[in-house]
Amino acid sequence: MTAAWTIADARARRGRALVLDGAALSVAPGEVLGVVGPNGAGKTSLLRAGLGLMPVETGQARLAGRPVGGLNPVERARLVGYLPQERRLAWNLPALEVAALGAPDLPSSKALAVARERLERVGVADLAQRGVLDMSGGERARVLLARLLATRAPLLVADEPVAGLDPDAQLLTLDLLRAEAAAGAAVVVTLHDLGLAARSCDRILVLDHGRVAADEAPRQALSSEVLAKVFRLDGALVETPAGLVVAARRSGTPPP
Amino acid sequence: MSSRRLELCLLLALIATAAVAVSLGESALSAVQYRQALTDLASPPAEVLWTIRLPRVLMAALVGAGLGLAGATMQGLLRNPLAEPGVLGVSATAGLGAALAIAGGLAAFPGAIELAALAGALAAGAVVVGLAARFREPEVLILFGVALSAFAGALTALVFNLSPSPVAIAEVLAWLMGSVENRDFTDILRAAGPMAVGAGLCLYAAQGLRMLTLGEEAAQMSGLPMARLRVAAVAGSALLAGASVAAAGVIGFVGLAAPHLVRAAVRDDPGRLLRPSALAGAVLLVAADLAARLIPTEQELKLGVVTALFGAPVFALLAWRAARSWRS
Repeated sequence: MTAAWTIADARARRGRALVLDGAALSVAPGEVLGVVGPNGAGKTSLLRAGLGLMPVETGQARLAGRPVGGLNPVERARLVGYLPQERRLAWNLPALEVAALGAPDLPSSKALAVARERLERVGVADLAQRGVLDMSGGERARVLLARLLATRAPLLVADEPVAGLDPDAQLLTLDLLRAEAAAGAAVVVTLHDLGLAARSCDRILVLDHGRVAADEAPRQALSSEVLAKVFRLDGALVETPAGLVVAARRSGTPPP
Repeated sequence: MSSRRLELCLLLALIATAAVAVSLGESALSAVQYRQALTDLASPPAEVLWTIRLPRVLMAALVGAGLGLAGATMQGLLRNPLAEPGVLGVSATAGLGAALAIAGGLAAFPGAIELAALAGALAAGAVVVGLAARFREPEVLILFGVALSAFAGALTALVFNLSPSPVAIAEVLAWLMGSVENRDFTDILRAAGPMAVGAGLCLYAAQGLRMLTLGEEAAQMSGLPMARLRVAAVAGSALLAGASVAAAGVIGFVGLAAPHLVRAAVRDDPGRLLRPSALAGAVLLVAADLAARLIPTEQELKLGVVTALFGAPVFALLAWRAARSWRS
């Protein structure tokens, strides 16, 4: 099967600093790929470079086998939906209208119907007419997730979709993305919560200084060695009744 | 309120304001004279109403609509409620073009000042369109607009500085203060062409302005041809602002205030904001011009002076209310 998205040998700079140093990524339909790494490891840069949003020195990115640079905006949007990390909205549009921005390809009444259904899915159907700037950060994040789901794209890329969300909303977000994968979509999501990543992702890509430190199933990717080397944590993935969690402390600090 | 209903209300308000503006003026007419104006088109009262006041009112409506539409487009594109048509520097370069034409003694040729102003606007417009195609960050356009405005302002001051004739300086100053006095239907037609093109470009960009609510990158990934829509928005606003300055001089605050008056009624939607802003701008400028004519002063007030005099305090009030809502 053709991979939904591949990035090979990406090298890129922000200013003079090298933020990507040969990073690579591949995700197949039906798969949830978690991208983790310390701050500054290049997670957002890898996504942006792979979507053609930032210039690279070397590297090839393909969406459904086609080079990203050769796609026009319509073709690209048909292949991928993107939820940026930046959640600042310019205007106080009703939530329903914001969610409907995910489907500019549909006539307005259909787009609104899709938007309404997605708002329901993310649990904020009652806020459909509320202005997005009159919402809490968490409510707004859900509306933007609904906007992402409204794209109906076969690849969904979400940059830190759970940042600032309460635990229930974090789990709901990952559940919804998993449901999209179960329905055949490829999902790429950056996360800081390693336990959440281990529980929700089929595979985990660990980035460190713009390079891939691991790209395997969660248990292997988040081994004690990787935790120590990349995250400077002394600890391990631990199986609990609720799933995997990371139990760790900062390297070199004494146990409590 | 639905968009259509809002636009209908504004259109009725415009027609009512325009009717009042045609009826009232410096020379008061009697009931008999009004009847004469309506029945006998060759009579002196008909002359006052239809060849002096009507073109003036139409020009005010046209320029007001252009400024309102350009302002709403700029606010949507730059995602900034404080943006106005002049933010790109186009108004300043249009003013410079007019100043050069007047100082160069071209005022005697009909349409020469307007053409020079439009040329100034188009030159600056070409620069900002090039920038908009290259950079997607709104800050780039704002900063270059500031630089362009300052440079054009300096060159206009240089025209004053080097002009040997105080008469020419006075003429340039009067022109820059903005007015729709003594306009005829030829002037209106001359302005309408570039304005229609500009309006078409801005309305074409409407869906892109909505998408920009999400931010630059989400918009770019949305499937809309954002690069093309961004260029259309900049080129359209530049044409509208340039043609407005060419037709009526520099008139502030209408482009800034008109979108604010209707924003709440369209639930903040930057795309649906465009047409109501044009209508609101037309109402505002027709009313402002009526005020300029009716306020009894020795010399008739300049339109740009009136809009700034009334507009600035109203704007401060809007800012005050907005600031209080941010705090809550």
